[in-house]
Amino acid sequence: MSVVQLENVSRWYGNVVAVNDISMTLEPGVTGLLGPNGAGKTTVLHMMAGFLAPSKGSVTIDNAPTWRNPGIYRTLGLVAEREAVHGFLTAYEFVLACAKMQKLPDPAAATRRALELVEMTSAQDRRIGTFSKGMRQRTRVAASLVHEPQVLLLDEPFNGMDPRQRVHMMELLHRLGDEGHTILFSSHILEEVEQLSGLVQVIVAGRLAASGDYRRIRRLMTNRPHVFAVQSSDDRRLAVALIGEKSVSGIEVEETGLTVRAADYGSFTRALPRIALGEGIRLRKVLPSDESLESVFSYLLEA
Amino acid sequence: MSTVAYITARGLFGRRRVLLLLPLPLLLVGLALICKAYDVSPDQWGQPVVVGLGLAVVLPVISLIVGTGVLGSEVDDGTIVHILTKPLPRRDIILAKLLVAAGVSAVTAAVPLFVVGALANSVRFGLALAVGAVAGAIAYSALFLLLSLVSRRPVLLGLAYILVWEGLLGRFVSGTRVLSIEQYVITIADKIAPTGMLDGKVSVPVAIVMTVIFALGGTIYAINRLGSFSVAGETS
Repeated sequence: MSVVQLENVSRWYGNVVAVNDISMTLEPGVTGLLGPNGAGKTTVLHMMAGFLAPSKGSVTIDNAPTWRNPGIYRTLGLVAEREAVHGFLTAYEFVLACAKMQKLPDPAAATRRALELVEMTSAQDRRIGTFSKGMRQRTRVAASLVHEPQVLLLDEPFNGMDPRQRVHMMELLHRLGDEGHTILFSSHILEEVEQLSGLVQVIVAGRLAASGDYRRIRRLMTNRPHVFAVQSSDDRRLAVALIGEKSVSGIEVEETGLTVRAADYGSFTRALPRIALGEGIRLRKVLPSDESLESVFSYLLEA
Repeated sequence: MSTVAYITARGLFGRRRVLLLLPLPLLLVGLALICKAYDVSPDQWGQPVVVGLGLAVVLPVISLIVGTGVLGSEVDDGTIVHILTKPLPRRDIILAKLLVAAGVSAVTAAVPLFVVGALANSVRFGLALAVGAVAGAIAYSALFLLLSLVSRRPVLLGLAYILVWEGLLGRFVSGTRVLSIEQYVITIADKIAPTGMLDGKVSVPVAIVMTVIFALGGTIYAINRLGSFSVAGETS
């Protein structure tokens, strides 16, 4: 059982702050590190993995600093985002080399076990250079699992995987988490985290925006007001009708159409066509205008 | 350590870049053979071929190709991460890489230099050049290995060192010769087999001490740099 701890960690590059005063504790189980692209997820992971010194604060695994401490790689496995591998080696050779560099007592057995875990045994004697993205990814996971590390960090592990491989990887991570490993994976796709019921840490613009149970954060996100751009044959009459609807919390009338704020996504989208039909108004355009991931995250930041 | 050396060697010989190592030694031996076949006096071709091509170009350029290939290419494509995420002392990683780099450069440069030396003068002269080349390969490799860690453009920096520092400044500004590996190689080879063909500009103790300083200093500094190797935060 290992615990990864970040205490008041900041990291800046020149005068650009990439990570701003983040404190978090990762315990055994699966944790998702969530945030839009460029939020600082990779920087946090790199600091945890000992590939970057924190400008301020401390990053430790079981109280041992990760920076300038190669010994931590006995308890730590990293699957980096860059999928660079030694393409001239076969999957078996590559994982075996990792096992040997970990100085395992029986590298061959550990290699076979790791390749079985990621279902790569059938292709293990092919050169990695010939692999698809998903196969390469699984080979890299095998390589970082070969020494059965207590802590496993994965940077965007689901990128380039097909749905079946995704499910399989999720199951694998869950199994490892249930066995008492501390697993952290980063993702910029909310739905990926949905299947993992565990804890999430949400990073927005270098700051920790939310942290805790995924369901609670999900609720925060469904409660946020939704903004729609609506165009119709008679905007002003539609606005009058819509304001009587309970799920609508505000309407602006503009030259180009209406901007409608709804408190509840579901009931508003059901009510809108009904009201329009009842009033005999033709809807020309209904566009959810803030469904981008960034707006979801920034809402969390304000919440 | 052996695994790092094994992967490094596989990586070096698995890339097309290794073919770059062939033409220079062939050119060197070929030139010497042609001169020998046409019975040109070694006094005329010895110095330009041995020093001008062999020691000033073939040895440093081969060391540059190999020295930046063992580490710089892994830093470039990111595969270095797989080696760094292992509980290996950084010293072992650098020493394994240096061993491969120096070994490959030494063999690739020393063999043709031996042949040329033997053709130009005597087997003894050939051996002297080979010994000098091995010492030079070690010093150059340590330097270029270090360059791969301090710069994103190690090949460019290395070429600047060979062409500008050793080639150009070494000719006009006598002070720069004290920091020129080429000069150490010339002095060491000349000491072992004095022929008049080599004209060492630094003294023998300076040559030996400075070779050791380049090799040791480069290695120690490289170990230190690898210890605090940072991966730039790439967010796509």
